[in-house]
Amino acid sequence: MEQQAIIEVKGLQKSFGSFEAVKNVSFTVNKGDVFGFLGPNGAGKSTTMRCMLSLIKPNAGDIRIFEKNLFEERNAILAKVGSIVEKPDFYKYLSALKNLEIFARVSGAQVSQKDIYETLDFVGLLGREKDRVGGFSHGMRQRLGIAQTLLHQPELIILDEPTTGLDPQGIVEVRDLILRLKNEQNKTVILSSHQLAEIELVANRMVIINKGQTIIEGSVAELMNAQETLLHIELAQNSQGAAALIQEILPQVKVQVSSPKTLELNIEKKRISNLNNKLVQAGFEVVALEPKRKLEDFFIQMTQA
Amino acid sequence: MLWNNTYNEFIKILAKPRSYIGLAALTLLILIILFAMKADGRMYISFVTASFEQTLSFNGNILNGNLIAFIILQMLIVHIPLLVALVTGDLLSGEAAMGTLRMLLTKPISRSQVVFSKLIAAAVYTFILVIWLGFLALVVGRWVFGTGDLIVLNSDGLVILNYQDILWRYGLAFLVAYLALMTIATLSIAFSAFADNSIGPIVSTMAVIILFTIIGTLDVSVFDHVKPWLFTTHMASWRSFFSDPVPWAAIWDSIWILLAHNILFVAVAVFKFKRKDITS
Repeated sequence: MEQQAIIEVKGLQKSFGSFEAVKNVSFTVNKGDVFGFLGPNGAGKSTTMRCMLSLIKPNAGDIRIFEKNLFEERNAILAKVGSIVEKPDFYKYLSALKNLEIFARVSGAQVSQKDIYETLDFVGLLGREKDRVGGFSHGMRQRLGIAQTLLHQPELIILDEPTTGLDPQGIVEVRDLILRLKNEQNKTVILSSHQLAEIELVANRMVIINKGQTIIEGSVAELMNAQETLLHIELAQNSQGAAALIQEILPQVKVQVSSPKTLELNIEKKRISNLNNKLVQAGFEVVALEPKRKLEDFFIQMTQA
Repeated sequence: MLWNNTYNEFIKILAKPRSYIGLAALTLLILIILFAMKADGRMYISFVTASFEQTLSFNGNILNGNLIAFIILQMLIVHIPLLVALVTGDLLSGEAAMGTLRMLLTKPISRSQVVFSKLIAAAVYTFILVIWLGFLALVVGRWVFGTGDLIVLNSDGLVILNYQDILWRYGLAFLVAYLALMTIATLSIAFSAFADNSIGPIVSTMAVIILFTIIGTLDVSVFDHVKPWLFTTHMASWRSFFSDPVPWAAIWDSIWILLAHNILFVAVAVFKFKRKDITS
């Protein structure tokens, strides 16, 4: 089935004076995606996100959101977008409620007091709505930021580092919230985060950019599976026999016996289950089969290449 | 969207403590002047009228509310621009410094609308400041000192205005003074569009006023062609309403020049703000 593209970024370029912040960034986000937007510090993530929200005008390239040109139909597009860029900032001398009322008034949608209270409840700030934001902790501001993002029921949500400053409980809540937005409301979410484990848990597609250029883009599962992963195998019996079997099945793979009952080898993720079957059929009792490679490793490999 | 954001601007101005600094400072200054005039005003008046006592005799209540209002306006019109710039210079750049501009501009509101909503809020705030000045100077002044004919010392000499011929002059004088203060407001908003901090536009506005005022007062022929076009030259044109006859042509010239500056500064603010990359 053909995926409906919600965002299409093509050949984006942006310079500040002689500094080229974004040289050539392209990617596509489909409807219903939770899209991981990854890159090391200074890769051009924030500049790209700011371009996508028309905060910064690119020097070249095209941004289409909801099949419309961002710079020609900005207001119509932004009415359907909720976002946090860098960090949520609020009028510190006003209460949380007043802040949400202010942003609701310019959201382009009819947002009732009931909607505001429900959103406050959703992010766990009900009861604190009359408190001045100046007295809020960083985590509470993040929650309030997410609340202002959701106020007008946007179709597309752009979250830049939404878990920064949150405690572990808060991080889990934001992760659950993103999954609920995707699964229950079919929202499209773009998520930038340095918490790569978080991206791995929630995103179905991703792009990695580095030095202002797109490095790789695609399905998280496919990208991860296509790459070799360090597989750690623990057996109930001596591992020498299993090592010989694996070497026979996969002659190009270097198998390392790391302890009398454990083996390590680099293998494509998609071949792991077949290897497991072969070991079991040969009578080996596999106690644990653990792919060690995570998104962090993949990210480091991609950005250092 | 423009009105929604204008309403937001009023909420922000009302909630910001610095908005009340201007009103509080104005109130305090006027009360001090009223107290000083009540305590020692006769001496002050006799110092001014001493040079005319050989040829004129002054009878009745010379130290009245009308004169007090005129003195207050003369004294404070120099300082009020700072009070205006304190609030209006912060409208765009203050939000950039706080990071809320970034939040606001990700909403479906155009940048022109953002500037115009802030301009409307600035205009209302400045109007309230002028009304408050008028109320304290004229209403409280008349209440404390009573009414009477107004004696004004101009460069042409002494002008005596009948007390029944004064209120309309004050009304129009306050309107022109308001236009002059709006020029300050639009100038500071224009500076605000360039900056990402609160202090820069306020200081820049005051620097321009001081620079233009100095150029205006320097008796050097090289500036003679420039002086009529400086907005600071026309800041005190409200004073012309207390001449007899009223120099309407000169007042209209001042109004056009002040209006032109207002339009220019707003255009600069919109032009710059629409093209500005929001990196704060």
